[in-house]
Amino acid sequence: MSVSLVFLAVILLIAGWWLAHQRLFSKPWLEVGHTHDPRPHGPPVIAPAQIGLGVFLVVVGALFTLFISAYFMRMASTDWWSTPMPRILWLNTAILGLGSLLLHAARVTAEQHREETSRTALIAALASGLAFLAGQVFAWSELTDAGFLIADNPANSFFYMITGMHGLHILGGLFALTRVILKTRAGPIGEKGVLSITLCATYWHFMLAVWLVLFALFSGWANDFVELCRQLLT
Amino acid sequence: MVDIRHGTGEQIGPAEVEDVELYHPHSWWTRYVFSQDAKIIAVQYASTAIAIGMVALVLSWLMRLQLGFPGAFAFIDAERYYQFITMHGMIMVIYLLTALFLGGFGNYLIPLMLGARDMVFPYANMLSYWLYLLAVLVLVASFFAPGGPTGAGWTLYPPQAVLSGTPGGKDWGIILMLSSLILFVIGFTMGGLNYVVTVLQGRTRGMTLMRMPLTVWGIFTATVMALLAFPALFVACVMMLFDRVLGTSFFMPAIVEMGEQLQHGGGSPILFQHLFWFFGHPEVYIVALPAFGIVSDLISTHARKNIFGYRMMVWAIVIIGALSFIVWAHHMYVSGMNPYFGFFFATTTLIIAVPTAIKVYNWVLTLWRGDIHLTLPMLFALAFIVTFVNGGLTGLFLGNVVVDVPLSDTMFVVAHFHMVMGVAPILVIFGAIYHWYPKVTGRMLNEAMGQLHFWVTFVGAYLIFFPMHYLGLIGMPRRYYEMGEAAFVPASAHTLNEFITIMALIVGAAQVVFLFNLIWSIRHGREAGGNPWRATTLEWQTPETPPRHGNWKELPVVYRWAYDYSVPGAAEDFIPQNQPGSAGLASEEAS
Repeated sequence: MSVSLVFLAVILLIAGWWLAHQRLFSKPWLEVGHTHDPRPHGPPVIAPAQIGLGVFLVVVGALFTLFISAYFMRMASTDWWSTPMPRILWLNTAILGLGSLLLHAARVTAEQHREETSRTALIAALASGLAFLAGQVFAWSELTDAGFLIADNPANSFFYMITGMHGLHILGGLFALTRVILKTRAGPIGEKGVLSITLCATYWHFMLAVWLVLFALFSGWANDFVELCRQLLT
Repeated sequence: MVDIRHGTGEQIGPAEVEDVELYHPHSWWTRYVFSQDAKIIAVQYASTAIAIGMVALVLSWLMRLQLGFPGAFAFIDAERYYQFITMHGMIMVIYLLTALFLGGFGNYLIPLMLGARDMVFPYANMLSYWLYLLAVLVLVASFFAPGGPTGAGWTLYPPQAVLSGTPGGKDWGIILMLSSLILFVIGFTMGGLNYVVTVLQGRTRGMTLMRMPLTVWGIFTATVMALLAFPALFVACVMMLFDRVLGTSFFMPAIVEMGEQLQHGGGSPILFQHLFWFFGHPEVYIVALPAFGIVSDLISTHARKNIFGYRMMVWAIVIIGALSFIVWAHHMYVSGMNPYFGFFFATTTLIIAVPTAIKVYNWVLTLWRGDIHLTLPMLFALAFIVTFVNGGLTGLFLGNVVVDVPLSDTMFVVAHFHMVMGVAPILVIFGAIYHWYPKVTGRMLNEAMGQLHFWVTFVGAYLIFFPMHYLGLIGMPRRYYEMGEAAFVPASAHTLNEFITIMALIVGAAQVVFLFNLIWSIRHGREAGGNPWRATTLEWQTPETPPRHGNWKELPVVYRWAYDYSVPGAAEDFIPQNQPGSAGLASEEAS
């Protein structure tokens, strides 16, 4: 559970840092008659949707961290042998990274009011997301053809389960992306449209980061890193 | 030292918070069924939770009938008994307590208490309820599935949970249970995002964090914890579902069942326990923190006195929330873990008693020389304090490894957790319903029925759970379908068991009075008016009662904290949070 505890400690540090700026030492019973509101006037600086997405990503982060914790704990047993990584995963990683770049481009061009470019980039990002999912399914079939079935070995089980969970999250992101594409398909992309695109891009970057961690985990590099940390600690 | 910072209040214009775009329902269906209004969603959550809670109540009756009068009821066989135990526990902890505190009270109170028009993401809020309902329906479906619901115990420990010896293990029971939990977690996440972001972004002008009522602090902190803890339950459920359906071996060691070698091998049941309790212990506080918050507000309002040590109360809530993530393994003392771990977890467990005790002292000090009105909400709040102290003290016993090991599998543990996380939060729920029912419906609950309900429930709960401590101390094991002949169990213990069963039937029946009161008072209750308890918090200052869609005509502005009761020199014994100025407050002393 140490991975989860590290994740939790980071979250608690961020929450504590935020709380420390909330005048927790003030004496509200003395402050009568004022509004005493430290928040700036007018609409909030960060849109609620952005904070909502941030909190959601923390939850998703907790989810994958717990999967990784379970992975490390189960790995300690003797019946574990690593699953070989299909070569196509490298291509998939590149495609996912490409999607991230495209969404970034879509956001920047939407901010500059280059609507047509932005729309093209969004559709290209959607295509790259679909290509990534197809690539993942191809990787699965390659593994099963090679005889690495889900129940044969815990490493296989984890590989299928966690990549599946990641794929489901990508699929959810694609639904959101499709909605954004439909919403912004005609006319100028307003402030709301730019916000939606930004949210999609943030989600995509996060899922890319999760994938990179997972890929490192399955390839075994993460083990070396964890081993290094363990040696540093002891 | 007088250091009150007075403001004139006039400088602040009312419309400085941006008005949110409200969703406007167009038909009866979208207004009352597929509603995006947090108040309607709250009532939907609460009704569903109470309905499924009644099922769990009946299950506890059946269980008690078997324990009190073993063999007298032929239809309660061992399999059914375990199914009743499992479903009773799971429903009460997750589908009743969690859903009612966060989905019910959270939805109703957060926007109103913070002066918001609604939650920030009303659509996700609606989805949250429908996923919760779906989760409940999947759970109920398992009663009708072949083989019945799972009988694995509410902790669902593998490997027994997915083996043929356990009811539902090789049938649909466990699959439906795990699916239902997964749905619940997804649904809760949608609601939880709403509660957190509404607290962060939806507060009206002047409502700083340190002016929030403790109810909101409790629900907010509990939601943050739940968002971090429920993924652990989710992961555990997904992995066990894989083990059961796809034949993987995450949790399943090599097992010979009925002389047949199963295909599983090498899995770690302890891994499940870690994941489960990483969720399971914060879950205790996910239920307790909203209860702490609500009870603080009830006590302050009905004792007409400001809450003692508001800041300390806030800090204690936050500290308890953080600490509760590093105590989970105290549920696993008997799992054969490294004794040094046991030492670590016993220490953290005992440390958590410090902020908790601070809260109890502060409640008592709030009551001290207060103008105590023994209204129904107050009675329940007082009963909560007593019960919580009771259950908390036995928690100190069980937090120590050497005491826990012999007591772990006895009725002592049943008595402990029912006192501390069963009876205590339920008492708060009752108190809160008596307190806020007038705001939800515009009418008071019937006082006579309420008194009957309170005294039978409070005294009865003690008569049920107090004797269980003694049963536990003489070594009567929990989870047993029947005791049979055991030399260490005297005949008097059997008499005690009969007594407990009869009390359980009576207390259960008292809840029918409560349910009847809830329905009867909608039409026949006394008119409540906008603020029957003369309370300060914003939900009592709405222009209409019950508040209509959008809550406010013009968003309120907050000028003071939530606990200005019996302020010396003030015209009345309460000053609402949205009342500007500081007339007559000059004599107030600063601490």
